[in-house]
Amino acid sequence: MNGFFIKRMPKAVIISLWSALLFLPFKGLQAAGLLFLFLFLALLVITVASRLSGPLFRTAEVIRKNAAGLIPGDSRYLLLLILPALTLPLFFRNYILDVAVLAGIYIILALALNVVVGFTGLLNLGFVAYYAIGAYSFALLNTRLGLGFWSALPLSVIITTAAGLVFAAPALRLKGDYLALVTLGFGEIVRITLNNWDSFTKGPNGISGIDPPSFFGITLAALSSFYYLVLFFVVLAVIVIRRVHASKIGRAWIALREDEIAASAMGIRSIRYKLYAVSFGAFWAGLAGCLFAAKMRFISPESFTFMESVLILSMVILGGLGSIAGVIIGAVILVALPEALRDIQMYRMLALGAGVVLLMIFRPQGLFGGSSASRS
Amino acid sequence: MLLEVRAVSKHFGGIRALEEVTFSVKQGMILSIIGPNGAGKTTLFNCLTGFMKPTRGSIIFSGSNISRLPADRINRLGISRTFQNIRLFKSMSVLENVLVAQHARIRSGLLPIIAHMPSFLNEEASVRQTAYEYLAFIGLESFAEQGAGNLPYGAQRRLEIARALASEPQLILLDEPSAGMNPLETDEMMTTIRKMQELGKTIILIEHDMKFVMGISDRIVVLDHGVKIAEGPPHEVRNNPLVIEAYLGKETH
Repeated sequence: MNGFFIKRMPKAVIISLWSALLFLPFKGLQAAGLLFLFLFLALLVITVASRLSGPLFRTAEVIRKNAAGLIPGDSRYLLLLILPALTLPLFFRNYILDVAVLAGIYIILALALNVVVGFTGLLNLGFVAYYAIGAYSFALLNTRLGLGFWSALPLSVIITTAAGLVFAAPALRLKGDYLALVTLGFGEIVRITLNNWDSFTKGPNGISGIDPPSFFGITLAALSSFYYLVLFFVVLAVIVIRRVHASKIGRAWIALREDEIAASAMGIRSIRYKLYAVSFGAFWAGLAGCLFAAKMRFISPESFTFMESVLILSMVILGGLGSIAGVIIGAVILVALPEALRDIQMYRMLALGAGVVLLMIFRPQGLFGGSSASRS
Repeated sequence: MLLEVRAVSKHFGGIRALEEVTFSVKQGMILSIIGPNGAGKTTLFNCLTGFMKPTRGSIIFSGSNISRLPADRINRLGISRTFQNIRLFKSMSVLENVLVAQHARIRSGLLPIIAHMPSFLNEEASVRQTAYEYLAFIGLESFAEQGAGNLPYGAQRRLEIARALASEPQLILLDEPSAGMNPLETDEMMTTIRKMQELGKTIILIEHDMKFVMGISDRIVVLDHGVKIAEGPPHEVRNNPLVIEAYLGKETH
């Protein structure tokens, strides 16, 4: 234990000193000193905790393995997810439900991005584009053509998927950083187009008066019913993505991420499967966009900025690239955290940034990512 | 003839990596390609498997010209390979590595996959069964659930061969299968390659270990500076003065 501390101590000192120095010019000596102390103590606690968590994780693994025999297949994760989620509206006020609906939409988005970035290894910095296309298709179909929720939804999802295919086809000739830059550009192009095409999208004023969804003639205007609608789509997304992940398609995606040359030597058409991944991701992002539009009943280009892409990507990275459960938790944390930290609003982004730095130092593979996901 | 390489040249700017290389491979034989470092052996493999396009010449595999086809297409036509620097899907399990190789033979589309239709479930079960058989063939079935990246070096090489076999090719190209192995593992590798021949596979291999090459090959092609300098059965090639010169240098007086 002593040797362990001597090894880790300098790292903790350096990290806290460095952060404090960065902080110094902005808030003065006292604040910097406080930050140093706070970070140093936090790092000590984290090191000790990570030291102790090893055996804890192993025990949890043993329990999980033994429990796996009792409940079969897919259902064991879904049960964990659904039971508390189903009862949520019974116990909580509208505010919590509102956050939960938002979390649900972000879970779908993060799961979709995870297919592209986590499974297939195609870094996408403009993923919000598909979200925006889904939301705007839905809003326009609804307000201009008067289509109801259940007919506008599939149409918008089809439009988004097609957009995904069309824009990805030329971009996928690029790899790595270059691809990331093109996707970043794509995200901006979509937002700026929406912002400036006044006659069609009403520009920065946005589109208002979107109808809430209805179900067999009953309008689902109540928050709790909308919550169940979102929950349904979250569960659907989890099931479908899990199943595709565990099929030849998912294996092809991961093989492409791990080693594209070896994958094509095994007969996998790399461009085709990358296109599948992007359009599959766009499909779910479009769906999330529809839900967002139906929930807010008003959308404008402001909701689809680059920061939104970054937020979705952070959810995927926080939870762990490629891990479905991890991504869900990452999305919930990043939606809930800002709400919880509302009282100390000023330091919210600071805390978030520090959190990401700490995560990258101590758990680069994300909270729940496998040890190898970060290598790719 | 299963494979005919006709006057294949590969130039990189002014460098002639391959120059008018011609040879052919009969069904069921083991052919070794040898030559000093930089002779163009791996370039030849890359041309055969579609990772490079020959500058000139043609490659005829079971009657059709494959010299302009992409790598994935060539694999589906029946040529599979291993790599000199092992290229496994490291974060996947050993079993999944073999499953990926069976990709092209799985028919189920998106709908059966999402709905978990019986056709998909049956197919998946049978594919897994086949994957286990290939792992058993290569002696890795007890490692099936382990991460491929955690296997010891020799086992990783064998897994690459299992993966190549699992795409059910007629022709398998092995790039230095015994590189970095100890004598015991090398012997096992020879046995494995003979077993592959008994399965009816045709094998081309690049190898530096002469004992290995002489012991296993039906025919040997010798490359030097991109040119084929000799071809024939092992006992002929061994005594060919050109080959000795390429390896040992010319005698000076």
